[in-house]
Amino acid sequence: MTEVDEVIDPNALRVGLFVTCIADLYRPNVGFAALYLLEEAGCRVDVPLGQTCCGQPAWNSGDQDSARVVAKTVIKSFEPYPYIVAPSGSCSGMIRIHYPKLFATDSKWRARAEAVAGRCYELTSFLTDVLGVDTVSARYEGSVTYHDSCSGLREMGVREQPRHLLKSVDGLELRELDERDACCGFGGAFSVKYPDISGRLVSDKCADIASTQADTVLGGDLGCLLNIAGRLRREGKHTRVFHVAEVLADMTDLPGVGEDDTS
Amino acid sequence: MKVTTQQFREEARKALGDEILQRALAKAKPGFINKRKKAVDALPEFDALRADARAITEHALAHLDYYLERFEANVVANGGVVHWARTADEANQIILGICEAAGAHSVIKGKSMIAEEMALNESLEGAGLEVVETDLGEYIIQLAEEYPSHIIAPAAHKTREQITELFYKHHRQYGKTKRQTEPKALVDEARSVLRDKFLNADVGITGANFLVAESGANVLVTNEGNGDLTSTLPRVHIVTAAIDKVIPDLEDLSTLLRVLARSATGQEMSSYTTLYNGSRRPGDLDGPEEYHVVLLDNGRSALLGSEFHEMLRCIRCGACLNHCPVYGAIGGHAYGWVYPGPMGAVLTSLMLGTDEAPDLANACSLNGRCNEVCPLRIPLPRMLRDLRAIQFQQGGRGVRGKFALQVWAFFASRPNLYHASTSLMVKVWRRLAGKRGVSTFAPFAGGWTAHRDLPVPEGKTFTQRWKRERGRTQ
Repeated sequence: MTEVDEVIDPNALRVGLFVTCIADLYRPNVGFAALYLLEEAGCRVDVPLGQTCCGQPAWNSGDQDSARVVAKTVIKSFEPYPYIVAPSGSCSGMIRIHYPKLFATDSKWRARAEAVAGRCYELTSFLTDVLGVDTVSARYEGSVTYHDSCSGLREMGVREQPRHLLKSVDGLELRELDERDACCGFGGAFSVKYPDISGRLVSDKCADIASTQADTVLGGDLGCLLNIAGRLRREGKHTRVFHVAEVLADMTDLPGVGEDDTS
Repeated sequence: MKVTTQQFREEARKALGDEILQRALAKAKPGFINKRKKAVDALPEFDALRADARAITEHALAHLDYYLERFEANVVANGGVVHWARTADEANQIILGICEAAGAHSVIKGKSMIAEEMALNESLEGAGLEVVETDLGEYIIQLAEEYPSHIIAPAAHKTREQITELFYKHHRQYGKTKRQTEPKALVDEARSVLRDKFLNADVGITGANFLVAESGANVLVTNEGNGDLTSTLPRVHIVTAAIDKVIPDLEDLSTLLRVLARSATGQEMSSYTTLYNGSRRPGDLDGPEEYHVVLLDNGRSALLGSEFHEMLRCIRCGACLNHCPVYGAIGGHAYGWVYPGPMGAVLTSLMLGTDEAPDLANACSLNGRCNEVCPLRIPLPRMLRDLRAIQFQQGGRGVRGKFALQVWAFFASRPNLYHASTSLMVKVWRRLAGKRGVSTFAPFAGGWTAHRDLPVPEGKTFTQRWKRERGRTQ
């Protein structure tokens, strides 16, 4: 990990880590990997325990009242931090892009929502774009392909940042997908409400992954990764699935997403 | 046409299992995407043009009354007639009236989505007129007794083999008894059959890509030239256009044409771009004797200034359809009405109502690619989400899991209770799963496991581990 630029005020590097509800529940390792990467880059990281979920499930289902109730808990928890970082394009996009809309007509909460929104970043984008991190010290033997999550790509502008960091991982060879811009079919509740359409999209994604012959697929959003891993297992494939933070932090010494525990 | 928006789920499932359709879709999709990308990459100022195009359409919409009246005045000055229709029904009656007054028996048509919206063919045929579509794709689906599955490639769902059989069946009456299998032979055969129709029709009906206020011109973009024959050969030319097609002047037109063809087919310009200024003038060698423009509102003026206002910027290029993963998987017919894909999901929900089309706003992963490629940058995902919010408030049929969301919000806004519950959930789940990494059932989310397994949580929750390893913070 490179040294952080000297001109950055150390007090300003206080980061509130938004673990995300999926990582909290499914894959704590992703939260700890993010924590490690941020601390290695010189941040002082807190994990405010008032956090639960960003509220996206309700927001995307048209339930704005529920979304606001949940969003307020996030805003209250993260207001003290100069930076809010999440290992997810989708959750950071919710906070950064959608919170201001969610409270657009609420005179009391609007400014608070906007303040939190403006300080919220996706993990790999924060490391590279804000902290200027160029390299990590990690080893991952194998060929990997990368799935760009739609919200990371289109809401948070995350495309080159994770790839830039992956370049410094020893032993790792990146093989790009044919359709890098294609949705994996997760879409939150969409995957449960329209299983046939969603299933078709994720099986197309898995076919694209298979054609790279990479032995691992990485991504920056656990929602997509659960979807992809779930489909790969259903197809009987053994392609490993990790969050990019786990690889960058050299924390891949555990079963990948959806893998049986062989210990 | 029969509206089947209520059967979206069933139609989508059928489409996914329809091998012929899947073959046609798989063939069409990469072509559209790659051609557009190539054309856009070759034009560094494309994004600047998009911004201009957006400003032009917003300006026109902000002064819609002025430009529509100006357009009308210029059409009249050129010797044409403008008819105003509030509804599809009114527009159909106007067109029937024109056909009747002209003593017409046969009508030829250029491709027009507005005519599809009006179900114009049914109306004309119901009055005993012969109607022949002249756009090749439209002609094919007319023979198949279907409707367009794509707004610029109406027969995108048909394979060449199906077209061979359709022509074989319907062209025997014209002495064409050979099964043609090559694209060129198929096109030649259609051309030869259509030639007589062009020459003998009484009325030609076309749509309009744009209406130019400063000159009264109606602009038509095609790749087949059929629009030009339809407009100039019959005695009467009728243009059907929605009111949101009007733009101020020719400068604006050139900007819009540059983004339209690139976004639609990846061409720099379409093969034929024609400006029609009205009926034959004294001394002209050809052209219709009568020229009519039917301007249709059909709910559009109600969108002006609303949260769905931006939908009126749409120039019907089809880029959102071509890049939509859902459209790419199920094709256009499953959407159940005239307009499919992202723009169709919004327009149909608005025009028919979300009760009539409960699934369209919801059957989208909100991946945002439509918004990314839309030349007019219409915020389609935002609108789909807004439609969901409207549905949720109204409690209509599209709303599912309302109670579950409220229960979830109750927990998610009480961190201590939430974390206690998730810890317990993970513990039970892990115990049930044993050492397996996935489960094949999903409590409360059965749809998930129809086509994939559900990964099992890693172990204790992050919050549990954090508290243990770092103690409480804050």
